[in-house]
Amino acid sequence: MKLSDLTNRAGEWLRGSGPMSEIVISSRIRLARNVSGYSFLTRISRHERQALEKRVREVILDAQISPQTLYVDLESAPEIDRSLLVERHLISKPHATAEGARGVAIGEDESVSIMVNEEDHLRLQVLRSGLQLEEAWEQINEIDDKLESKLDFAFHPRFGYLTACPTNVGTGIRVSVMLHLPALKLTGEIEKVFRAAKEMRLAVRGLYGEGTEATGDFYQISNQTTLGKTEDEIISDFKHLVIPKIIDYEHHARRTLLNDRTVALDDKVCRSLGILRTARLMTSEEVLFLLSHLRMGINLGRVKEMDIRMVNELFLLTQPAHLQKLQGRKLEGDVRRAARADFIRQKLNGAGAS
Amino acid sequence: MKCDNCNKPATVHLTEIKHGKKVERHLCEQCANTSEGLPVQGHTPINELLTNFVMAHSGLQKETGTSCEQCGITWAEFRQNGLLGCENDYQLFEKDLTPLLQRAHEGGTHHLGKVPARRGSSGVPLRKRADVNKLRKELARAVEAEDYERAAKLRDQIRQAEES
Repeated sequence: MKLSDLTNRAGEWLRGSGPMSEIVISSRIRLARNVSGYSFLTRISRHERQALEKRVREVILDAQISPQTLYVDLESAPEIDRSLLVERHLISKPHATAEGARGVAIGEDESVSIMVNEEDHLRLQVLRSGLQLEEAWEQINEIDDKLESKLDFAFHPRFGYLTACPTNVGTGIRVSVMLHLPALKLTGEIEKVFRAAKEMRLAVRGLYGEGTEATGDFYQISNQTTLGKTEDEIISDFKHLVIPKIIDYEHHARRTLLNDRTVALDDKVCRSLGILRTARLMTSEEVLFLLSHLRMGINLGRVKEMDIRMVNELFLLTQPAHLQKLQGRKLEGDVRRAARADFIRQKLNGAGAS
Repeated sequence: MKCDNCNKPATVHLTEIKHGKKVERHLCEQCANTSEGLPVQGHTPINELLTNFVMAHSGLQKETGTSCEQCGITWAEFRQNGLLGCENDYQLFEKDLTPLLQRAHEGGTHHLGKVPARRGSSGVPLRKRADVNKLRKELARAVEAEDYERAAKLRDQIRQAEES
């Protein structure tokens, strides 16, 4: 498997087929682990860092975390490849721009990735489409067991798994669910969700995690407490308390729009589709907003004969690094915006619906 | 805004009440120093201000000396960027970390959940110790719920687990 194999298709998590996928885009579980006997990355020497990267890389490739595993050496990878991996949610932004020996292992359908030498020595991630937290936990737990049989993870009976940042210590788990909440945004009720999330000690973030703004009505909700609660408790809270409540809110808001503001709703959706089908210059931010409305229109049956999967893919393939990879050259400014608009027109005008 | 005396930007603003009238004056640092005798210091960088603030409030100014034998980090250095230097630091700074952890983890102080099955060199029976932690938490809950029958059972279980 090569990196270029990834470019022109979306990962499993964008398939748009998992449970509750009309609102839940994806479920992600991340585990932070450090190898005992090595300093954390803030204090590690260059030599120690290289030795660690080599060792962890070997263990991962040996452990067969997926039928075919791709390992990308990020110290030597070109900038565009690193950006591509960020857009695909396979590595974090800081991991893309950091310096020194580091890498990422990617499983075949991209549902598994392991960052090596990020903030912690290992950051395991499982990312799946729709609401699939238990499945994600099962998968990541198994991978963690495999790695643990070869690596001594730093662990303390009282503190649990030891991490560079004390906010991750204990289970080292971060559960994140990405939600598409356009109706709550349109009805102005999204603030209520934020407040409720805050009360439950959950973080609300944008599309690309920490430090990013919510764009195109996509919100990532994650736990912050990692010490004093079991993994099962944290996951079960999400599955049974947090997420169903937000889904209910969004369904309610969608019904309100559909029943009381039908024309306004159709106007929003049709304008978005009209711009997407005809515009000649587009920024990725504008595309996110327009696709968000189109996606809602399809989910509410206002736009027929259009494939939700294609819309999901457009979210990814119109991002800067993907666009440039697909075109096979560096694109900047208006040239890039024009290429983006062309690509979208081609995809949308080929497929159904008037 | 410019200084009343010269053309430099005014950064010192004085308000005086003279004969029942309010007089406002705007001066640059130099003029404030020469004409008013005000001691004006250069600006303290914001990160220094923050560090001083954090240090003052964690009451640790006196102990900044303790540094980790393995990675060399001090408590002050940890407070600067929030990241520890090695696994040893949790033990070393256990006392100082505890209130921070409680604030960050809804009062959580002890790990519950997954425990590595194997831990090569150290050979500590980790799973068992974590079980005791779990029982302790359940005990606290039982007491809170005034379920003393269950609390007594849990207490016996903990005692048993610790003795074996």
